[in-house]
Amino acid sequence: MEKYDAIIIGAGHNGLTNAAFLAKAGLDVVVLEKNNYVGGATASLELYEGWKYSNCSYVCSLFRPEIYQALDLGRHGLEVVPLQGSVSLMQNGDHFGSYHQSEVRRREIMRHSKRDADAAIRFDADLMKWCRLIRGFLLRTPPDPASFRMRDAMEFAHLLKRFYSLTESQIYEFIRFFTMSIAEYLEQYFESDIILAHFSGGSIIGTGLGVYSPGTAYVLLHHAMGDVDGNVGSWGFARGGMGSVSQAIASSFQSFGGKIRTNAEVQQIAVKGRKATGVVLASGEEVSAKVVVSNLDAKRTFLNVMDANDVPDDLLHRAKNFKIRGSSGKVNIALDGMPEFPAIPSGSPLTLGHMHFTDSLERLERAFDDWKDDRWSADPYVDMVIPTQYDPTMSPPGKHMMSVFVQYCPAEVEGGWTDAKRDAFGATVIDQIADYSPNFKDLILHAEIRTPRELEAEVGLTEGNIFQGELTLDQLMFNRPFPGYAQYRGPVKNMYMCSSSNHPGGGVMGAPGANSAREILLDLGKTDTTPEDFGDD
Amino acid sequence: MTKSFKVIIVGGGHNGLVCATYLAAAGHQVQVLEARDSLGGGAATSEFAKGYRVSGLAHILHSLSPKVRKDLKLDTAGLEPGTAVETIALDTAGQHIRIGSTEVSGDGLSAEDINAYRQFKADFTHYAGALQPLIMNKPPRLKGMDSKDKTTLAKLGWQLRFGLGKKSMREFLRVGGINIYDVLDEVIDSPQLKGAIAVDAVLGQHMGPRTPNSVLTYLHRLWGETHSQASLPAGGMGQVASALERAATDAGVSLRTSAAVARITVSDGLAKGVELRSGECLEADIVVSNADAKTTFLDLVDSAELDAMFVHRVNSIRSLGNVAKLHFALNGLPKINGLLQEGLGHRLLIAPNMRYVEHAFNHAKYGEFSENPVLEITIPSIADPSLAPAGHHVMSVSATFAPYGLKQGWDKQREAFTQRVIHCIEQYAPGFVEQIVAQELLTPVDIEAQYHVTGGHWHHGEMAIDQLFMMRPIHGAAQYDTPINGLFLCGAAAHPGGGLTGIPGHNAAQRILAMAKEGF
Amino acid sequence: MSKQAIDLTPQPNFRQVLQPTPFHQRMVEHCPIQNWMSWNGYQTPRVCDQLASEYFAIRSTCSVMDLTPMEKYRIIGPDAVKFLNRLVTRDISGLKPGRVTYVIWCNDEGKVLDDGTLFHLEQGDYRLCAQHHQLDWLLLSSLGMDVSIEEETHNIAALSVQGPTSFSVLSAAGLQGLDTLKPFGICQSVLHGFDVTISRTGFTGDLGYELWVDPSNGLALWDAIFMLKDNGLFDIRTIGLSALEMVRIEAGFIMPGDDFNTAESTIRADHDRSPYELGLGWLVDFDKPYFTGKRALIHEYSQPIARRLVKLQVEGNKPPADSFLYDGKGGRRIGTIKSHSWSPILKTNVCMADIEYRNGLPPGEIWAEIYYQKELEWRATWAKCSVSEKPFWVHPRRLATPPQAF
Repeated sequence: MEKYDAIIIGAGHNGLTNAAFLAKAGLDVVVLEKNNYVGGATASLELYEGWKYSNCSYVCSLFRPEIYQALDLGRHGLEVVPLQGSVSLMQNGDHFGSYHQSEVRRREIMRHSKRDADAAIRFDADLMKWCRLIRGFLLRTPPDPASFRMRDAMEFAHLLKRFYSLTESQIYEFIRFFTMSIAEYLEQYFESDIILAHFSGGSIIGTGLGVYSPGTAYVLLHHAMGDVDGNVGSWGFARGGMGSVSQAIASSFQSFGGKIRTNAEVQQIAVKGRKATGVVLASGEEVSAKVVVSNLDAKRTFLNVMDANDVPDDLLHRAKNFKIRGSSGKVNIALDGMPEFPAIPSGSPLTLGHMHFTDSLERLERAFDDWKDDRWSADPYVDMVIPTQYDPTMSPPGKHMMSVFVQYCPAEVEGGWTDAKRDAFGATVIDQIADYSPNFKDLILHAEIRTPRELEAEVGLTEGNIFQGELTLDQLMFNRPFPGYAQYRGPVKNMYMCSSSNHPGGGVMGAPGANSAREILLDLGKTDTTPEDFGDD
Repeated sequence: MTKSFKVIIVGGGHNGLVCATYLAAAGHQVQVLEARDSLGGGAATSEFAKGYRVSGLAHILHSLSPKVRKDLKLDTAGLEPGTAVETIALDTAGQHIRIGSTEVSGDGLSAEDINAYRQFKADFTHYAGALQPLIMNKPPRLKGMDSKDKTTLAKLGWQLRFGLGKKSMREFLRVGGINIYDVLDEVIDSPQLKGAIAVDAVLGQHMGPRTPNSVLTYLHRLWGETHSQASLPAGGMGQVASALERAATDAGVSLRTSAAVARITVSDGLAKGVELRSGECLEADIVVSNADAKTTFLDLVDSAELDAMFVHRVNSIRSLGNVAKLHFALNGLPKINGLLQEGLGHRLLIAPNMRYVEHAFNHAKYGEFSENPVLEITIPSIADPSLAPAGHHVMSVSATFAPYGLKQGWDKQREAFTQRVIHCIEQYAPGFVEQIVAQELLTPVDIEAQYHVTGGHWHHGEMAIDQLFMMRPIHGAAQYDTPINGLFLCGAAAHPGGGLTGIPGHNAAQRILAMAKEGF
Repeated sequence: MSKQAIDLTPQPNFRQVLQPTPFHQRMVEHCPIQNWMSWNGYQTPRVCDQLASEYFAIRSTCSVMDLTPMEKYRIIGPDAVKFLNRLVTRDISGLKPGRVTYVIWCNDEGKVLDDGTLFHLEQGDYRLCAQHHQLDWLLLSSLGMDVSIEEETHNIAALSVQGPTSFSVLSAAGLQGLDTLKPFGICQSVLHGFDVTISRTGFTGDLGYELWVDPSNGLALWDAIFMLKDNGLFDIRTIGLSALEMVRIEAGFIMPGDDFNTAESTIRADHDRSPYELGLGWLVDFDKPYFTGKRALIHEYSQPIARRLVKLQVEGNKPPADSFLYDGKGGRRIGTIKSHSWSPILKTNVCMADIEYRNGLPPGEIWAEIYYQKELEWRATWAKCSVSEKPFWVHPRRLATPPQAF
């Protein structure tokens, strides 16, 4: 029987990050992955000859630069190229282009509303205030409000101190930002429908909420607080697709002596005397370790790979009711050439960034209404990128790869998902794009359509939720995944969690993996290898 | 006793009367000015068709603060405890559910659901109770707090940690910010029961059951239930207004109706008095506005007397109403399938399941009225037969969602909406349509015009987290005092918000008296 | 969810990141070194040809600067005075038609949002010139008032003509009414058949004028001025923003965004500044009708002042760029230099500096720690500083009416 210091279940980017920090501290670590590739939802796969798809996550910004530096990912082959701008195409043939040049962007906002161009200054500054506050919280373990331990009290004191660096009126505005809907929050600044719609989109990505649902303003931060080389809010492509992120972490991990086993699906975490002792693989093989870390989402961790007898009743109840409803789909398309978008001025850099086709809050909200009734959106919100304009490694020369993220697509449709329904969902998305691009359909060589059903089956994201658990107030910070279990420690000794089901949640951040490693190393009395926040001042 | 101040209260709704009574009892000279011809605001009774009268907006008494009730001696002023009102969730097939404050009964309910409801109500009433220190005090400021704020926060912290206990505190912090839909789905099976509870969470709000925040609004409502069960006073809702009026008069408050205030005069940052629409000017040391925040700061006060961002934030308050009120004069009691006559005296709900409620709300988001509205129905003439001619009855219906900002405008849609409501009731009470003698529809636009409430919003503004507590109506005016010295808020626009609680009036009076003691 | 009409005006040219002004065609000819920068999105010279000669054009002959990028707002309507008085800290009800005044405006907390000049063009017709984009704040401040506010930056072409010979130059170019035009006055003139609005205003502390015309007449105005130079009558030079920076510090004018963070874009608490902290308390009038920030400022006025932006003269010739300041040589750190210039006319370093006060009192002796480079080697030195309450440089010709002909 193989014996290790630590086993990490699942070779997604958080599992690998966690493993790398443990290995860096000198532990003998193995990562067990059920698929024949590493990366989980952060992978690049060749599903059509000559094309590489970032087939789940597709852009990079939230990944913590502190982790990048600490694991030396640049030397392990990771290159993140910043994206330029974004655009929303409108039904009336016009568009709004958020150019990367601030002067051009300003004039473009002015074209839709002069007032909004000036309000954007107020908005940007306010958003930065909240960004500053939250970012410092990502690489920290949430304190337990119900605990009396010194460490929790100290951590609360730290958070309060940061909180009180705001003025009184900023404190209230911060609370409001945290609890308002994105639409209503933005309506305090902007008047133009297209500006409101363009800025709102990021707040519903991956959530089971609409633009008018309170709590979505905060999600905007989740998508706006990332940075590429200090340019806050900007996004980047990983050269070679998102798989490069996990490949680089895996390589870093291996350089510290870590071991990865693919095709090694874990069936159960072995527990003896309320202590985790190792795992049992689907093959029946047993692997033992001093520490077992689950990178599976909270539902799978407590309902699938743990014996119900090892899990306390209240935790079992919470796990069963954990909200992890999928709300997104993905369409990856191999293209014979670059599609034309007649609404965008010829030669404009706007196709280089995110592209959207939703021009009003009402259309965004109606897309959500469909999801509530267990239908995919008839008029979905898409976040589309064509990374092959920058990255020559993902398609043959002159050809392109298009990655289309689709909001909303429910985990369950009436009567259950079938292949035919999946294809009909894909057709809805393709039709929407084709409305704005006359030659688009003719260029399609291959399309991979992924509803939550596929995301769950292939990548192991329960219900296809990309954040491994919804980002609502009941599942954030000290409530994530469950009250009392937000410090990465499981219900039995020597068992830990490191997936996005834990604070600070999803997005390819690596933070849950790093935070969890810090707690494990603390318990083992080892030197902490995880990085501290760079700080904002 | 400090100096006796001359106080003008703008608006003779229930909170204005409560505030006035407390101030007068403390020895101040109080004048209440009401624009309408009767006092009590939404609780005032008026005639909508010849011979038929009904309380304009509020048709059930719940949440009235027992402290206010006791301090103002409302019981001796004519507000005798009446009959408890339960909720009956109607079913077209006659399988109604009867929902009490702790128990639920109905033929179609499983034993699990009956137990689950008991547990759910116990838990949530417990959570709601933890809010007690927050609700009966001025909301504490979060920076620059005074000793009272610190006490309030300490009490709240103590309530959360020790009043609730570790487990309940965690659960409270978990569910506090989310939606009622997910919470109910977790514990209850019966769609009908869930639908009825969800209505309590969203009534009067721009929210559906799936809107985050709806747990908090539900807790807010439950908090009222912890001390005062829903009831109809003996003699009907009219007793509420008359008892408040009598209490005020007894305390020495001077009351004037048909005295609409045109503006609050401000000089050098100081409230000086009011000018009536008639042109008459009245001076005062203190002006207390029972009007909503937009009316107060954008209409009554010259907004140029305030900071620009403050005014912008007032202007951004979400206060568009979604509830229409319908009054039907009936030539007899309606007959509802499977419901005994005794049941008609209770609160009847048409909200068969949560999806129905959510669908009703979907329309409101786009400026449409609900195709299948959620209805809350009472027949006030059962408790107070004087409201209608002998043998006849009046029915009072709160119909949701009927958004203020109807895309096509209300003028052309009044009849269509009324027909939707009648059609909806007809499905439960066949023959209802033939019983109608007269009817009245008050859309949020009508409510705005008749009751001087911006947007016709029941609660003087959405009760979402960002507009509650130290952010109600907006921060900078959340402790009843306002940036204008000598001007105070005492209505539902202020903490803790809407409902016939009397608490904003009570808290405002306490705040004014405390500040008066310190000489402002 | 209001629907609004979509403006399908031509899309911004993404290839031309900086917009040309109506004078661009001519300005290019005067800018052989092509040293451009962005001023509110317009292509503006940093230096046209040579900084030193541009500076001395302002101080000893005649300089011309393209002022078009200055943010301009037109304010008209029955409530215009009420609106403006609610906006700015000064009482402007006494500002007569044909007069200009310097104004600042604050947010609710009494922190300065921006400064600018307010022109009372005709009865009830105002133009506000600002450093930064203010439309959102102006509209937000006008809620409930009967006033129309239009951004007109691109609709008005403006030149700033400054220097001791500016009066003679403009008179020779054919503009009338200059001999009676007092500082901060406005007059109208006709030149070659088109209207020119002239204000005796500027940012140089010297004699000077600002000329405002319809963009279609921009080149004609330019040519009317530069024809005099071509004819050998006057030395007239275009200047860039670097030369302006030198003279505005000499003249003691502060620059929002450089000398202090404008309140709207400040992120960290306490990094914004009140009028008192900027030494602009003289612009705050508590006896006028309410204005935004008044309550906060009344409160602040009752407290001892915590910091101030001061005009600081630094001894020696080492450039005190971004220097820390200390209370006594090697003492407690009390602030930093925000902007500085070598004054060629005074032969000294002139600066704007943000310094802390203690118990409402300024520090006793201020020293700057200066890091400077000689042949790629960094050195440090200390220099004594002195606070100047008056502008560093003033000249009687700025105020003389009629101005002296040169």
